[in-house]
Amino acid sequence: MTSSVSPARTDAAPMIEACAVQKWYPNGFHALRGVDLTVQRGEVVVIMGPSGSGKSTFLRTFNALEDFQQGSICVDGIVLSDDLRQIDAIRQEVGMVFQQFNLFPHLTVLENLTLAPVLVRKRPKAEVEQQARALLRRVGIAEQSDKYPGQLSGGQQQRVAIARSLCMEPRIMLFDEPTSALDPEMVREVLEVMRGLAAEGMTMVVVTHEVNFAREVATRVVLMADGEKVEEAPPEQFFSNPTQERSRRFLDQILISNP
Amino acid sequence: MTPLLRRLRQDLFATPADGLVTVLLLALIGAGGFAVLHWALGQAQWAVIRANSTLFAVGRYPLDQQWRLWLLTALLAAATGLSWGMLRSHPRPDRGGSLWPRNDWMAVGMVALLSLALPSLLGLALPLQLRWWAIAALLLLLRWLAGRFGPLLPAPLKRCLPLGLPLLYLLGMVLIGGGLALEPVSPSQWGGLMLTLLESSFAILLCFPLGVLLALGRRSDLPLLRWGSVVYIEFFRGAPLITLLFLGQNMLGFLLPGGVAPERVWRAAWVLTLFAAAYLAEAVRSGLAAVPRGQLEAARSLGLSTPQAFTTVVLPQALRVALPSMVGQFISLLQDTTLLSLIGLMELLGTARTVMANPAFLGRNAEVYFTLAVLFWCCCAALGLGSRALERRLNPSTLA
Repeated sequence: MTSSVSPARTDAAPMIEACAVQKWYPNGFHALRGVDLTVQRGEVVVIMGPSGSGKSTFLRTFNALEDFQQGSICVDGIVLSDDLRQIDAIRQEVGMVFQQFNLFPHLTVLENLTLAPVLVRKRPKAEVEQQARALLRRVGIAEQSDKYPGQLSGGQQQRVAIARSLCMEPRIMLFDEPTSALDPEMVREVLEVMRGLAAEGMTMVVVTHEVNFAREVATRVVLMADGEKVEEAPPEQFFSNPTQERSRRFLDQILISNP
Repeated sequence: MTPLLRRLRQDLFATPADGLVTVLLLALIGAGGFAVLHWALGQAQWAVIRANSTLFAVGRYPLDQQWRLWLLTALLAAATGLSWGMLRSHPRPDRGGSLWPRNDWMAVGMVALLSLALPSLLGLALPLQLRWWAIAALLLLLRWLAGRFGPLLPAPLKRCLPLGLPLLYLLGMVLIGGGLALEPVSPSQWGGLMLTLLESSFAILLCFPLGVLLALGRRSDLPLLRWGSVVYIEFFRGAPLITLLFLGQNMLGFLLPGGVAPERVWRAAWVLTLFAAAYLAEAVRSGLAAVPRGQLEAARSLGLSTPQAFTTVVLPQALRVALPSMVGQFISLLQDTTLLSLIGLMELLGTARTVMANPAFLGRNAEVYFTLAVLFWCCCAALGLGSRALERRLNPSTLA
């Protein structure tokens, strides 16, 4: 495995390279109809689109939470295949933040962060705890480290979830509608953390409806509809001058609620 | 009116209808309680219990070897006191807790009262009474010591302490059955409460891992494993325990390799274990179903392997959900051990039947059954209390 990885791992190679990805659900529904996407190192790609467009499904193929039937995906030089060891290797490099946070409710905040680095990366516990506390400070919840997730607000939980992913020192972060389950007043604190990450040069792929975030942070915006990529453009062009009729209709709809 | 009276009035006599219900129920409870007390203190002849107290406790265990059981009881009392004190002096870090909550004082009172009153009510000889006092004193002393000095122990030692419990169980087996330079005592001589607790604890301890494996097997992607688990679970849930027990007495000898025919006591214990595992698997399955899919996804996306994800993320949550119904299974398992009397084992009910068959105690059935009911009630109540304490300790919600 390692021999096939190392030559590709140069800084010039793209972080994610997805080619013509096709996916059918077991019930026959054609969820992804040949989607391409290339994400370079340090890029922030925002994927937008109406619900049911396949954007979350597409994102989840990058760390093999969803399988696909045709096409190819290459993450950080590792080709996604059915080989379980390769999947585990990719998942260590790819952090994921979910809409529903998915924190482990039976562990304290600190234990949520330290679990995977100690268990998977076999790093010494004391060292990981130190790093975890630093990360919690960075996302602004240092004083909650001994609480349980159920004792935190939604915004705090999502920031813990981001810190939990970062504690594995991933090379890329995937965000699956990270603010959709939050009360409006908590959206900002989560987006602040994400902005900070982007500013530090983290490679990010974000599925979101937050127009302002896309406009200010994204290097590229991708619009998906009905399992296809409709448009891909830098944000200034995407929001002011979309080339596709489908994009215009989508923007009309979301810009009413997100002026 | 004092606040107490006011509250009583509010709770019990707020409206005429409330008052009527209160008076009726009080009358009923009073009449029932009076009848039981009248019988227990006036008419009942407790000589049957007093004369057979050893038989009820340990069956026909040889007299000259009973010191081993005393030693075991003392060790169990010590372990109880130690764990109790350690639990209280190490409350959950997010909650804190009192070293001596009010319930604990009540429990101390109960232990002291029982150890003082019960032996003398049973008419035990003074040396035996003294032993019970010593055992209770040991329990309370270790409770105090562990509460006071437990936190000062070095951390590695504290981590090793729970390992003492399985070791204690194995040691108990040796003490009861012999071996390691102790004279063997044949299982046919075991009996009474000791045998009941031995059979049920054996089945409870072993059916737990087996049940968890079966529940996981039932959800497995491997068809053979899945169908094997389903067939096992449905077979053991489909047959009455008593038929399985008879079957076990007759068949287990043929099924096991090399003509190993375990003693009846052990055959019964294994049947109980296999039977309880099937029910436990269903309880664990309901717990697994209650853990959201996102938990496994989050664990897997952090790079945990499937076994790691199950042992550290999914199972701890599933078992927590399943805990109340699992303890329900354990309680009914404890009560199911009475069926062992039908295959000739001298556990509590079997002992009771031999006592009642003795012409000297003819017609003393009520006293014997009443004692049995109280004994079983005490064991089940202890299990229930323990499980509720565990639930409170494990519950990660904001409720303190």
